[in-house]
Formats: sequence, structure tokens, C-alpha cells
Amino acid sequence: MEFGYYPGCALHGSSNDYEKSIRACMKALNAGLKELDDWICCGATAAHSLNHKLSVALPARNLAIAERDGIESVLAPCPMCSMELIKAARALRESEPMRREMSEIVELKVEGKTDVINLIQVFERIGVEALKSAVKKPLEDLKPACYYGCLLTRPAKVVQFDDCERPRSMESILEALGAAPVSWNYATECCGAGLTMANEATVLELANKILKNAAASGANCIVVACPMCHVNLDMKQSAVEHQYDTEHGLPIYYLSDLVGLALGLNKKELAIDKHFARARVHVKR
Amino acid sequence: METLQTVDSAFSGTSVEACYQCGKCTGGCPVAGLMDLMPNQLVRLVQLGRLEKALASTAIWHCVSCQTCTTRCPQSVDCAGIMDVLRQMSAEQGKAAPKLRRVLVFQKAFLDNVRRNGRLNEVELIGFFKTLAFLKDFNIPLLMKDTLLAPQLLQRGKLHVFGEKVRDRAVVRRIFDRCMKAGEGA
Repeated sequence: MEFGYYPGCALHGSSNDYEKSIRACMKALNAGLKELDDWICCGATAAHSLNHKLSVALPARNLAIAERDGIESVLAPCPMCSMELIKAARALRESEPMRREMSEIVELKVEGKTDVINLIQVFERIGVEALKSAVKKPLEDLKPACYYGCLLTRPAKVVQFDDCERPRSMESILEALGAAPVSWNYATECCGAGLTMANEATVLELANKILKNAAASGANCIVVACPMCHVNLDMKQSAVEHQYDTEHGLPIYYLSDLVGLALGLNKKELAIDKHFARARVHVKR
Repeated sequence: METLQTVDSAFSGTSVEACYQCGKCTGGCPVAGLMDLMPNQLVRLVQLGRLEKALASTAIWHCVSCQTCTTRCPQSVDCAGIMDVLRQMSAEQGKAAPKLRRVLVFQKAFLDNVRRNGRLNEVELIGFFKTLAFLKDFNIPLLMKDTLLAPQLLQRGKLHVFGEKVRDRAVVRRIFDRCMKAGEGA
């Protein structure tokens, strides 16, 4: 099985632990990743906030590259990227004038026919049964709070993935790997995403609520499938603890970290040693 | 119905006229508590064509674009899309609320960085943003923020001083220029 791959800027920047973890998992599962040639930034919140046309054009250039190179399905492990790519593909599919205009702007023919998927969907396509049969070390001691954040399931009409209020896709995968995901209230609340730099107070407040609720629900870790969620909950966890005079001590894993651990990969192979937050209560991993 | 005809064409596609003020957008908004105007109030202002107040609000810059409002709206109003249009107008007309102008400064610096490199260079962006914020209002806390994280990031191989650039940077610049033609600039 092979997937097209759009890493996005975060995974080639400070979230390179996420990329390493995904690549290690794919290798272990014999799934290939074909990176889009000379991909460009999707524009993220800055583009959709300040220039609508640009917020279609930047993703459209990447969709055009995928179409040109005959890549049908593209994994975008960052939900900001995948949402922007899906939104642009949809706008292109719905309107012939849009296809014409964008093909001119991005200097490549683009129709918006690429199938853009997130990391959870990649594991679903590989198959939960296939994952189950490849398990070497079941995740028996783990009680993760599966955190979807905002853009994996929203806007529901655009991304059309899972149930936007009560998603279960990560839970299904982790249960198959032997973990016991907890039921909690903040699975789809936003962590403040891209405001980490420009408006940190907001991010700390939102992250604190998420961490607090996960712990109160009996979780011994949080699992995410987004680089921004990881930054705000992991890297910023000590800032949250300082700000609110509290102690969370919750390790934050990428979904691929836990799949990888179950497949028998070690922490170093999955770049878990690059994370910031350390478990307050000892978790056997 | 006269009031509804005043809706600016920039909002077409957001179904703004369908709002009947149930307040569900505000109820689910994770940052409503920080806003000076609630999301449902902003939607109403747009319906009435009274944009001045909306464009100068801090609310549009507090918005985290989480899409909860859009997803839950019973009338399929794209409330998060309305926020985008308001931000774009506020930026173009120089109306951004001074208290949160740094969010706009950050987003502009972000786009400028992508325009030059094709991809985001985090170190360059953060350095540039902090310098701008410092020169503008001597924001020392912001200048110092996260400096203690730098060595930890470096130690983890997460700090890339030179960053990545795409090969075809000329096409990226042309895409930006075409999108930012007269009156559409960020």
C-alpha cells in the first residue's frame, strides 16, 4: 500500500518527532509514503484570515502537483493542512470558473480530484484487523484520552470524517491494540491551535481545561493526531502548570506513537524521547 | 427585509442572512468569554450592515477558527467564514483593535515568510514577529517569551535555524501577487 504524503511545514519544523513516528510506523506496516514534489505551505490560519483567494490557491498548487504526478490519495497528518486541502479541493470540484482561475494562478492544471486523508484514516485503510494481527506489545497499561481537537472533524460538511460531536475512530484503533481509552468531555474542544505565539494566554487557558478534564476522567495519557495540539499540550504543559499552579504530568502521544509501541518499536525509533511532558505517575512505557 | 439587502457581497456564501439569533455559536465558542462582542452579535451586525463595530472588535482576533460555530449552526450559517471575512476587511481597512493587533502582525509575518520561502521557517518567523512587536510597543514579555525553550528545542533537534525553502520560489511569489492584486491584499 502506498500513500501520497504532504508533510506540511510543522512536520518539517519543530514537529519533526511526529514525522519520524509516522515514518517508523509506515515502515513497520510495509506502507509507503510518496512525498509531493516541491510542495508549498497551505497558508494555514494566516491565509484564510487575511486573503480568501490565497487560502484556496496555496492548497490548490499542492493538489495540482498531486494530480500531475498521478497521486490519488494524499496523507496530510496536520489537520490544519488537511482541512485547507479538502476545502480547496471541494471548491474546485464545485465550480468550473474556479478550476479555470486556479489553474491559471497556480500555473498547473487542477481539478480538485485528490483524496486528502488524515492519519487516522491511513490506519483505517491499512485496516484495524491488520494492525491487530501485527501487535507485538499490547498497550495494556494505557488509558488514553483520545483528543481530536477542532479540525479533524470540523467543519463536518467539509471534512466529512467521523462523528463531529462524539468521534470514536481513534478509540476503535487503540482498543484493537489493547488500550482502554477513557470517556471524557474535551475530545473535540479546541486547544487554541495557531495562537500559541500571538496570544498565549488563550492557549494556556484552553490547554489547562483539556489536561484537567483528561486527568479527572482517569486518563494516564492523551493521544493526538495534530502537531499543534501536541505543541500546546506537550511543549506548553509546564507553562500551563506554572500559570495555573497545578501539576498535570500527562504524557502526550501522537496516534502513531501508540500504534508504533504496540508494533514493538521503541521510544527512540518513534521520537517519543523528543517530547517535553513526563508522566507524573509512572506509566510502563 | 430592507435591512437584509445591505449585507455586503463579501459575505456571499456564508448564508449570513439565515441567522435567527439562537446563540448556539456563542454557546459552543471556546473563547466567547474573552470576546467584547459575542459571535451571534457579530453575525447580527453583518446582517444589519453595521460593520464598523464588528471590524474594530477584539472578538474577531480572539477567534481561534475552531469551526465549532459553523458545525453546530442549525441554519448552516458559516459563522467561522464570517469571522474570516471580517478579519480580512478589518486588516485591509486598518481597523484592527490595538489590543490584539499583534495577532494580525503575526499572521502578516507568517504570510510574508511563506511568500519568500514557499514553506514556513519557524525560527525566522518568531524572530521577525518578536522584533516587530518590540519595535512597535516595547513588548518585553513577548520578546522574552519562550527564550528558555530554545535550548530545549535545540537539544531535541526541533530548532531549524535555516529552515526549508522550495525549489520553485518564483512561482510561489507569483501566486501571492496574483491573489493580492488591488484591494485584496493582506
